[in-house]
Amino acid sequence: MSDCHDCPAAAVAEPPPRHHHHTVAIVGPPNSGKSTLFNRLTGLRQKVANYPGVTVEQRVGRLRLSHTQQVDLVDLPGVYSLDPRTEDEQITRDVLAGMVGGVPRPTAVILILDSTNLARHLTLAAPVLGLGLPTLVLLNMADDLRSRGGETDTTALAQKLGAPVALVSAARGEGLETVSEFLRGAFAVPAPVELPVLNDVPACRAWARRVSAEHYRAPTPPVWTRRLDGIFLHPLLGALVFAAVVVVVFQTIFAGAVPLMDGVEELVQASGRWIGDRMAPSLVRSLIVDGVWGGVGSVIVFLPQILLLFLFIGLLEDSGYLARAALIADRTMARVGLQGKSFIPLLSAYACAVPAIMATRTIESRRDRIATILIAPFMTCSARLPVYTLVIAAFIPERELLGRLLGSRAAALLGLYVLGFAAAVVTARLLKSSILRSDRRTPFLLEMPPYRWPTPRSIALRLLDRSKVFLRRAGTVILGVSVALCFLANVPPGAGGAPPQIGESLAGTIGRTVEPLIAPLGFNWKIGIGLITSLAAREVIVGTLGTIYGLEGGAQEIGLQEALQRDLTPGGAVALLVFFAFAMQCMSTLAVVRRETGGWKWPALQFAYMTGLAYLCAWGANRLVLALG
Amino acid sequence: MLQLDVNKGAGTLASLQRGQSGVIESFDLPGDIVQRMMELGFVPGAHVTAGRGAPGGDPKVFRIDGAEFALRRETAAAIRVRPVPERT
Repeated sequence: MSDCHDCPAAAVAEPPPRHHHHTVAIVGPPNSGKSTLFNRLTGLRQKVANYPGVTVEQRVGRLRLSHTQQVDLVDLPGVYSLDPRTEDEQITRDVLAGMVGGVPRPTAVILILDSTNLARHLTLAAPVLGLGLPTLVLLNMADDLRSRGGETDTTALAQKLGAPVALVSAARGEGLETVSEFLRGAFAVPAPVELPVLNDVPACRAWARRVSAEHYRAPTPPVWTRRLDGIFLHPLLGALVFAAVVVVVFQTIFAGAVPLMDGVEELVQASGRWIGDRMAPSLVRSLIVDGVWGGVGSVIVFLPQILLLFLFIGLLEDSGYLARAALIADRTMARVGLQGKSFIPLLSAYACAVPAIMATRTIESRRDRIATILIAPFMTCSARLPVYTLVIAAFIPERELLGRLLGSRAAALLGLYVLGFAAAVVTARLLKSSILRSDRRTPFLLEMPPYRWPTPRSIALRLLDRSKVFLRRAGTVILGVSVALCFLANVPPGAGGAPPQIGESLAGTIGRTVEPLIAPLGFNWKIGIGLITSLAAREVIVGTLGTIYGLEGGAQEIGLQEALQRDLTPGGAVALLVFFAFAMQCMSTLAVVRRETGGWKWPALQFAYMTGLAYLCAWGANRLVLALG
Repeated sequence: MLQLDVNKGAGTLASLQRGQSGVIESFDLPGDIVQRMMELGFVPGAHVTAGRGAPGGDPKVFRIDGAEFALRRETAAAIRVRPVPERT
């Protein structure tokens, strides 16, 4: 590094970059503002992936210090210690030891602690400083500390810890210049005055207390948090607020998202037509317009709803209310063997299972998390609605049931929602009393963070991040399947290279092949093709049936509802509804489950269970309707 | 006799009413859960105050070292405390 002192070129040229490409890890306990700091420092230059084989998310971002220097920041999961008892702790420990493939061993550590909770959070400093890596200690939420009358002597603390210490506010971007100073400077190995025995928790705590007692004055209790909890955790008011929050979230992701979704759909269709008009009819055109455009469009339509959903989750989580909601929901969820933290993901699943499954990350207990992931797709997601409305409109005459309050069609729809919910409850009980029985190793433990104002910046970053993950993961799968199906419907070409009759195409052949299997449910081969295409995404069946009946010559003039009335018995219609309520027809969900559970085991089990259940219940429904005549 | 007391939750965190405090004495929990509890601040000798809870009273929030954690009754009933007279 300093060998160049007497080499003449050094005087003219810039000094060679000393630390060309570092990896620096951000470590901190949950609720220390770790992700806020990471987002502040890296902004949009971040990548999200999973560590190989586990459910822990790997976030890496790049920080440019100068033209020649840049640093890769790794945002490690929030941990209370480095004892590897949870997956998060194991990963944190392994990354810090350089034992994770694809992640170079960090050359330095940024340890972030909540300054309003220093006596407790300093406990993590002992094992981190004990690693012997150059460490910068950031005491976050300086604004909170000040406003609540706390203070700390960073110089004295730095001396005690043997590492640089700075008071910062990651949310406001206050004091963060110390991070670049630290990263630019020469890294020094920490030289703490004394460290406790590292795997002795009481000793570490006693050390943390001692260190903080000398140079730290704890802030007064958060007055506003106490006042707000007086409302939000009030036995009566709290329950009312909770119910109101649930209703508002539910109402917005359904009613509020509709105009936006219609707009997006209109846009996709218009652009598809525009492209179609500019191409001669051919297999390629049909692949691009129906396959690529139609397929990707069917996913993009859900984006407004998903963004709204994540906006709510973001607001609830960043404000601190999510922890209270989990607390209130815990008793009810415990009845089916789950816990409070499963509540919000399951609520989200009414919009779409994909973001719901991504939202299960807040559940630490792996078994509870997997159980939540496995039952989430039973919640009636919005992709089932087009199918439900089509079949209900075709087969159920509109009648008043409770005067004007409830019509027969609305009642049928409501019944399907209840059916999905019941399947979820039964499945949860089944799972939690067998393969996912709660072990006493992970008791329900929920930290109640103080209430804070969510910052628009962090909400915006979160929305961007989630929509990127959603579009990439879901888009690629749907795209592939739609293109494949479109191809199957168009080969082998009929006479003169024209598209074949659907019955003659490969898709038709496949439909006829599965017909004996689905005949007991009251479905013919056309529904069979629809069931296969809807494996990609449920609502695809509507488009497929449209294509099939459209392609069938004479049926072109007849609406889809009438075509179904002609082709499906009442038993078959009810069976179709039941099948869609239970079956796992969503590639995006399976892809996300695989990603989140780190393998094919759980998605395979989920697919087999849901499809088996759907088949049996649809068969039963068909028989029942036949018997009732 | 002692066993009965534990079952009823007397002398444990679960028996503390809102605003009441206790000093942690011992745990009736598996070793690694005790480790986790201690990392959160539930160490023997620590001062814990019961706070509000879910509408039914379970889980309940406990205040320790300026932080708040919700515990289910089953967990709270396995942490023995010595009651501390209420401060005036």
